Amino acid sequence: MTRNDERMRMLEIENLQAEVAGTQILKGLSLTLNAGEIHAIMGPNGAGKSTLTYTLGGRPGYEVTGGRATFDGQDLLALAPHERAAAGLFLGFQYPVEIPGVSNVQFLREALNSQRKQRGETPLTGGEFLKIARAQADALGLSMDMLKRAVNVGFSGGEKKRNEMVQMGILDPKLAILDETDSGLDIDALRVVGDGINRIMRKPDKAVLLITHYQRLLDYVQPDFVHVLAVGRIVRSGGPELAHELEREGYGAMAA
Amino acid sequence: MTKNADALAAAEKASTYEWGFSSDIEQDFAPKGLSEDTVRFISAKKNEPEWMLEWRLKAYRRWLDMEAPDWAKLDLAPIDYQDAYYYAAPKVKPKLGSLDEVDPEILRVYEKLGIPIEEQKMLAGVEGARKVAVDAVFDSVSVATTFRAELESAGVIFRSISEAIREYPELVKKWLGKVVPQNDNFFAALNCAVFSDGTFVYIPEGVRCPMELSTYFRINAENTGQFERTLIIADKGSYVSYLEGCTAPMRDENQLHAAVVELIVLDDAEIKYSTVQNWYPGDADGKGGIYNFVTKRALCQGKNSKVSWTQVETGSAITWKYPSCVLSGENSVGEFYSVAVTNNRQQADTGTKMIHLGKNTRSTIVSKGISAGRSNNTYRGLVRVAATAENVRNFTQCDSLLLGHECGAHTVPYIEVKNPSAQIEHEATTSKISDDQLFYAMQRGLGQEEAVALIVNGFAKEVLQQLPMEFAIEAQKLLGISLEGSVG
Repeated sequence: MTRNDERMRMLEIENLQAEVAGTQILKGLSLTLNAGEIHAIMGPNGAGKSTLTYTLGGRPGYEVTGGRATFDGQDLLALAPHERAAAGLFLGFQYPVEIPGVSNVQFLREALNSQRKQRGETPLTGGEFLKIARAQADALGLSMDMLKRAVNVGFSGGEKKRNEMVQMGILDPKLAILDETDSGLDIDALRVVGDGINRIMRKPDKAVLLITHYQRLLDYVQPDFVHVLAVGRIVRSGGPELAHELEREGYGAMAA
Repeated sequence: MTKNADALAAAEKASTYEWGFSSDIEQDFAPKGLSEDTVRFISAKKNEPEWMLEWRLKAYRRWLDMEAPDWAKLDLAPIDYQDAYYYAAPKVKPKLGSLDEVDPEILRVYEKLGIPIEEQKMLAGVEGARKVAVDAVFDSVSVATTFRAELESAGVIFRSISEAIREYPELVKKWLGKVVPQNDNFFAALNCAVFSDGTFVYIPEGVRCPMELSTYFRINAENTGQFERTLIIADKGSYVSYLEGCTAPMRDENQLHAAVVELIVLDDAEIKYSTVQNWYPGDADGKGGIYNFVTKRALCQGKNSKVSWTQVETGSAITWKYPSCVLSGENSVGEFYSVAVTNNRQQADTGTKMIHLGKNTRSTIVSKGISAGRSNNTYRGLVRVAATAENVRNFTQCDSLLLGHECGAHTVPYIEVKNPSAQIEHEATTSKISDDQLFYAMQRGLGQEEAVALIVNGFAKEVLQQLPMEFAIEAQKLLGISLEGSVG
């Protein structure tokens, strides 16, 4: 990866080990993302993909037992989950969570203002926030009515994933880790989500870690690097062609 | 205590005069314990007419034959009613020079509630702040007078109950105790005998009260007293919205509170009654909190009359409270919207009674219980349909939210239907704030307590949106504050 040496390091994971309920899942994972890059991590079920996502997000119950992770020069693992968010980390959830009675608008405005407060910025007024929200909803072809509905309540699988993209657009993170954002999407929704990732995150000062089973999202979001995760560590890295190879030959050969 | 004896003697003497007037009693508290003398003392102290004293004494004698109820799911040590004072002049709070002298913990809560600084001073009892606060909040030189004039020109009577007993004896005589009879229950009987003061409201026929009485009440709710008595009458075709309580923390030295609230609604009239209760819940072990035993009942006597109770209960160590509606007028409507939060060692047993007597009467019950810490939160509700009541409809929804695993949520619905045309629906859910929800909200940038507050407010939204606007926002913040430290 010499061609990126002069770029800013966004996320640097070294020998990360983590366990869940006493079982070690991540067994020395190392990975570096620079600003401006999109990386895809592929791997079979049980390889540790979701554990990697949650560990980097700081979810309680995902215990780091060794290694380091540096985000934008800070020790990521020392921060509370909301501090990681304020530092610019966004997780796209495989199963976005329902929060009854709380509208998307209220949720995101409070979240964004909480982030801004942590960063020492002034909070946005209702009007300022709505302007941003409307622009993001328009770009993803969502109506404002949907933003007024309770967070993910009664949303179809596709709507939930689009909603994740709206949230990402509004919160405008530096680094997005998207955990199987493509699962459960039909071909039209896949295109919308792919376009969303490109529009929001394909920028010189941002980076994306796409976690996926399949090649198909990568038809819409061209990764710069592809990594194979198996039994808790990266076993192979390469360019976009690696995804096609996996699609042809399966994970079996790779993990062996 | 010879002073006490003198005061008693004076009280006795005063009570034998026709109007019971006595201006020379200097004693500011009744002697300890409860007896006929105590009741006479209170009545004399308040310059009450003879009929009122008799009414109190009758209640006292009834109370002697009653026992405290024990059916609620409350863990309560027996109360020694002889070991308490039943009348004391409003306590003079220590005069403070500035907000710097106020307990920083209380200031922190004011801050979180977003209470304006001048109002904070007033609530905390900073010297000279009251007038300033009134002016600052309402931008008026003499707001109380302005309000009073405005209400009077509309024909609305808004008085302390003591004033009303003297100034409008016929109205008070006609309605006092008609909705909650003296012998209704132990605490109601006690209140009838010794009530200290309270509020009287009369809205004349066809009048829509020109202001939310909450607006007025908020700045006047300084000393509500231990045994509060409220009587509100909405005459034909009238409307009033009334709010009692305050989101700001209420410290009070009296451990036992037993209020009675009676609402009377005539043809085509409506009363909207909202409560925010934030009395001291005791420390984390439950020591020192207030016992709140309240009887609240509305009589929808007129056809097409309507009563809507909304309550946000976050305070008190023990809450025993069932705001109810007797729906006797045809097509009358009763509503009950409740959020009850319990944390630490708090106990709440609260709910409603909807008594359907008239044809085509309808009721809606929405109860949201939130339990945290080691608290217990019980919804207890009765829906009764009399044989005479045709085409009754009721919808009840009881939702419980648990934080942590040491708290309890209980739902005890009673349904008694004697008319086959009734349609009764009851829905109940119990859920926990999930780790998924918390992490999701925190990943978007919210701190843990902000995340809990947001999720809890979403859960309680249907009820909170029934509150008058200016209180809804504070009540939202209050829920968050009440649950601080309950997770993690």
